[in-house]
Amino acid sequence: MNLFLEAIQWILDPASWTGEHQLGARVLEHLAFSAAVLLAAALLGIPAGIAIGHSGRGRGLVIALTSGARALPTLGLLTILGLGLGIGLEAPFLALLVLALPPVLAGAYAGVESVDRATVGAARAIGFTEWQVLACVELPLAAPVIIGGLRSAALQVISTATLAAYIADTGLGRPLFRALKTQEYGVMLGASILVALLALVVELCFHAIQSAAARRAEPHRTTPRRAHARARERTHR
Amino acid sequence: MNWLSQNLHIVGQLLADHLALSIPPILLSLAISVPLGRLAAGSGRLRAPLLTATGLLYAIPSLALFVILPPILGLPLRSGATMVAALTVYGCALLVRGAADAFDSVPEDVRLAAAATGHSRWALFWRVELPLAGPVLLSALRVVVVSTVSLVTVGAVIGISSLGTLFTDGFQRGIDASIVTGIVLTVAVAFLLDALCVLAARALMPWQRVRA
Repeated sequence: MNLFLEAIQWILDPASWTGEHQLGARVLEHLAFSAAVLLAAALLGIPAGIAIGHSGRGRGLVIALTSGARALPTLGLLTILGLGLGIGLEAPFLALLVLALPPVLAGAYAGVESVDRATVGAARAIGFTEWQVLACVELPLAAPVIIGGLRSAALQVISTATLAAYIADTGLGRPLFRALKTQEYGVMLGASILVALLALVVELCFHAIQSAAARRAEPHRTTPRRAHARARERTHR
Repeated sequence: MNWLSQNLHIVGQLLADHLALSIPPILLSLAISVPLGRLAAGSGRLRAPLLTATGLLYAIPSLALFVILPPILGLPLRSGATMVAALTVYGCALLVRGAADAFDSVPEDVRLAAAATGHSRWALFWRVELPLAGPVLLSALRVVVVSTVSLVTVGAVIGISSLGTLFTDGFQRGIDASIVTGIVLTVAVAFLLDALCVLAARALMPWQRVRA
């Protein structure tokens, strides 16, 4: 337990935030980097996923991508890209994008596909154009599952961004790896606790956003848990 | 290929290490999650806290967990036991929910019929609920198998030897072949263990044609 005291002292010590480790900057780096990856994944994955879900074409591709991506070792991807692209942010950005894309794609696809076909048919029957069907019916109803996909991607990215410091010396992984070299276990533990807290906070934020989307999509029925379970079912099988 | 033929014995050793680190957590998390999942499925009160707690565990980044667990459990940082413990935590984070879903999928009528024909609670669990929960449980287990095999490699950055060592070594010494070998073997091990799970499930559940 002494180690935990040491770790918490290190986190609370103002010197950790201003001195060598610059914790505030590290947290911001970690968040900004993760957000950039997630944004890129969303810009690429959500339109593609929606197109697949809307048209029903390319379904096999999404399933193969999501199950294949799970087997791909993150560290292997990071290091091979690191060797190819050199030290810097490009390699981890690309590696994280490869990781984040499948869950985003799967969420967007599963969300649009899970919308009741009768509802879509009804919207068409009362004269909605195809764009209106998409924007006013399919997307709002699919939103909880789409956000579920973003949520698993965010989790993955925040977690792997720690590992990215192994090749790019950025984010909260930086103090962790530095302390690993100097054998300062308390610092390592402190950095790990900060990463874990950051991941938990992001997870809770996404949970709240997803709940709000679920209430809007199905005000009478769906609890967020059920929407999340559905998203997981689609992305994990 | 040249690199591989010269380093075959090292790669073989790392492969063995990798298997020794990935199989125990898979079996442990299965043994822990089935009863917990049954508990969550059976009780309205326990369900939410159990599933929320295990879900949050899954949110903790693996590298952080590898560092946080040893002082809690009193283990040294660079040990296989740390790795097994951490991966068991992740396995349970995924499997408890999977097991709860699996037991939820057992039709209530069947449960009632089994109770009415005189099955004790124990027999009901082993002879009715568990076999019927099997297929859903299997699909959750397969996710755990694949993600465990892949996560073992992360331990290499704190010095736990596995196929991940091929990544750290290859990166530090600039050997592409080492990293590529590691990636290919990790994916191969994941698919192999996954296939074994499916085969075992076919043998255990002969009445069920397991979906690929």
